[in-house]
Amino acid sequence: MDYLSKLENQSIYIFREAFNKFEHLAMLWSIGKDSTVLLWLARKAFFGHVPFPLVHVDTTYKIPSMIEYRDRLCREWNLQLVVGRNEAALREGRTFPNGRATRVECCGLLKKDALKTVLDQHGFNGVIVGVRRDEEPTRAKERYFSPRDKNMEWNVEDQPPELWDQFKTDFDKGAHIRIHPLLHWTELNVWEYIERENIPVIPLYFANERGERYRSLGCFPCTSPISSQARTVREIIEELRHTRTPERAGRAQDKESEDAFEKLRRDGYM
Amino acid sequence: MLPTEQLKIVIVGHVDHGKSTFVGRLFHDTGSLPEGKLEQLQRIAERRGVPFEWANLMDALQSERDQNITIDTAQIWFHTPKRQYVIIDAPGHKEFLKNMVTGAANAEAALLLIDAHEGVQENSRRHGYLLNLLGIRQIAVLVNKMDLADYSQARFDAVETEYRAWLKTIGVEPKVFIPIAAKHGDNIASPSPNTPWWTGPTVVQTLDEFRVAEPPKDQPLRFPIQDVYRFDERRILGGRVESGRIRVGDRLVFSPGNKTSTVKTIERWNAPSHDEALAGESIGITLTEQVFVERGAVSARETEPPYELSRFQARVFWLGKQPFRKGRRYRLKLATQEADCEIESIEKVIDASTLAAVQRANGEIYVARHEVAELTLRTRKPVAFDAISEIVPTGRFVIVDGFDVAGGGIIPAADYPRRTVGGDQKSENIFWSHGKVTHDHRARRNGHPGCVIWLTGLSGAGKSTIATELERELFNLGKHAYVLDGDNVRHGLNSDLGFSPRDRKENIRRVGEVAKLFADAGVICITAFISPYQENRDLVREMLPPGRFIEVFVNAPLAVCEQRDVKGLYARSRANEVKEFTGVSAPYEPPLAPEVELRTDQLRVAECVTRILDHLHLHDLDTEVMI
Repeated sequence: MDYLSKLENQSIYIFREAFNKFEHLAMLWSIGKDSTVLLWLARKAFFGHVPFPLVHVDTTYKIPSMIEYRDRLCREWNLQLVVGRNEAALREGRTFPNGRATRVECCGLLKKDALKTVLDQHGFNGVIVGVRRDEEPTRAKERYFSPRDKNMEWNVEDQPPELWDQFKTDFDKGAHIRIHPLLHWTELNVWEYIERENIPVIPLYFANERGERYRSLGCFPCTSPISSQARTVREIIEELRHTRTPERAGRAQDKESEDAFEKLRRDGYM
Repeated sequence: MLPTEQLKIVIVGHVDHGKSTFVGRLFHDTGSLPEGKLEQLQRIAERRGVPFEWANLMDALQSERDQNITIDTAQIWFHTPKRQYVIIDAPGHKEFLKNMVTGAANAEAALLLIDAHEGVQENSRRHGYLLNLLGIRQIAVLVNKMDLADYSQARFDAVETEYRAWLKTIGVEPKVFIPIAAKHGDNIASPSPNTPWWTGPTVVQTLDEFRVAEPPKDQPLRFPIQDVYRFDERRILGGRVESGRIRVGDRLVFSPGNKTSTVKTIERWNAPSHDEALAGESIGITLTEQVFVERGAVSARETEPPYELSRFQARVFWLGKQPFRKGRRYRLKLATQEADCEIESIEKVIDASTLAAVQRANGEIYVARHEVAELTLRTRKPVAFDAISEIVPTGRFVIVDGFDVAGGGIIPAADYPRRTVGGDQKSENIFWSHGKVTHDHRARRNGHPGCVIWLTGLSGAGKSTIATELERELFNLGKHAYVLDGDNVRHGLNSDLGFSPRDRKENIRRVGEVAKLFADAGVICITAFISPYQENRDLVREMLPPGRFIEVFVNAPLAVCEQRDVKGLYARSRANEVKEFTGVSAPYEPPLAPEVELRTDQLRVAECVTRILDHLHLHDLDTEVMI
């Protein structure tokens, strides 16, 4: 069996375990390439269906074409969408672009807190998230089924054992489980799979006339494009085979301090 | 261009034997470091006023940098010209064995590091033992820190001889031993001038020779059902082919339960249509004849079924904070099956770093954290499984204690009976030889499946009264029902038995066997026996397919029963004329989890009968017959 098929089959297995074990299941959809591949894998697992709602945490600072793309796929693929926003922080203007929060505080308010609110409102106890181990070091330590306590905190020092595809599906009241079906994929694998399956991705990933493309998508004040000539999926794959620059190099919130991102993730960030 | 091949390797070994340093160096020497990473870490070290450590490449988390030991399994990617690797850096501290196991269980090959200076240590041996138990067969041993042993061949040979001998006792044959000094990159990506005597491969050459694991497609088919979907008005059984291959037209048997049907289609989404799926594929199937199958059932070809038993031997490693002990109920997860289980007996508890049997001061027997044991497990219902040496994915399991996976185990080969051979096995081994008329056929004809309604309770609690009244009601409803009465059976079938615990057990066993035959014949068999011991009632429960044993606790206080004393037995036992009378001079163990409980001091007979009928209606008669 070729390598992409191995990755795909493992992800499908995880999706089906999650769907069987969690009554209140949702999937985070950030509109990026990873969560779109995730969505595709969900349709693989459930024979064209997506039998749970998608949650999009909208900071209102997303690049506008991301929202257009989101709404188009929802129509075409018949998806249930739940949008979460931290209305209070937005109303009070406690954001980085307003100069009233650091980048990391802004992520905490507009993403992490908004996520917690939407999970609480809908009573979701299983949340599927498209993080990958190769993205950055704290994600390298994740489990496929990763518990968060009632304050959304991640106890990285005491994680459940995970072996032979037997996952943690029992937990205390108030806690929830993050499920990571893409954990074992690399950025390169994601693009190879997009190519193989011909998955529609948002055009922001392809180089424009100025020779720039986004390698990782987020909020426009904190995400910058990289210089690149890759205009097709094939060219992106070629580029990634030779790059030694980290994927999240264009994501400013990761770099505020040496362990800024790590703290954010312990507190419940994706 | 082909997609990138990946091999997953785990790095294990005793704490401080240099795993993280090795990983950092391997990254650097294969040119896999992200741009600027080395410089960034060197700057951080400088700012903190500490020497730069290669190990910090892996130890990205604050807490680890502080303690200088890997706490959790971390994974990173690097590549050689041949392929990409996923490195799983597993902690070497005994405290973090569950993380080592997590990492190693997901690997296809292992590098085991030993400090040349310190030699073989406790966790060198423990990790070797566990790698074997976890099924890792591709192992290379790196004798590290050769710089501290003056790159001495004699020292290298001594470590190799000692460790090779140990590995041999547990049946492990490593591919190679390599002398390295991770800190300086000796023999990692290129041969080192410091070890001119070494003519063997470098670490990178060795890695490139390991093979990527392929799912076992040439073994008997095992397709455990993960879930049943009803999308687009079709009933699809979803799952992953764990071994072998499945084809349209295959005749399948689903274990436990022994239902059979034929594969009608193989379902995939947005993939080329294929009438066959091989090991490793997550697919769906539809069946030509609908049978009631749920998550957990293992489908196999009729000619090659798995074992189907509620008792088996296992070798278990324990990671739980609380010890694994007898008398406590756990949950076993094997493929997609789950079953309550307990330890029947512990044959041997082993210290995996010495292979010595663990002796406890007070003679107590349990399996403590980080220990390994050989033991016999008993599950509450039969489980479909294979010996690990025959089919790996269905030959291993985990044990859940409370909310957490607390241990794992493998099932070694043993002389278990197969469902298809003969009919002379012991009753606790559940299997059945089939005629042409199946259970399902009978259930359809009768309008209900056969089952056993087991009334248990003190003498005088009302068992026989309820049994006969229930039989009458069922008869009037057009159902096939029959009462097996305790007194009647003792007149004939069991006239040779007395009332000792042993005879009581045999009495119940025989009644259970007869009741099972009635149930298999499609009859609702009602039994009215005191049956005072939980163990004996469980024995009968295990004889029957899941859901076909309905335990009814006919519960009235002893005083009420004694006052009724229909047969005058309480009076006689109080006068010592009857020996071993339950409730008076022999114990009664109330059911732990009966399907129905009837307080006969509070309910009228008709109400009791209604409750049992309600239970049957909800749990069996409707849902089970889905043909």
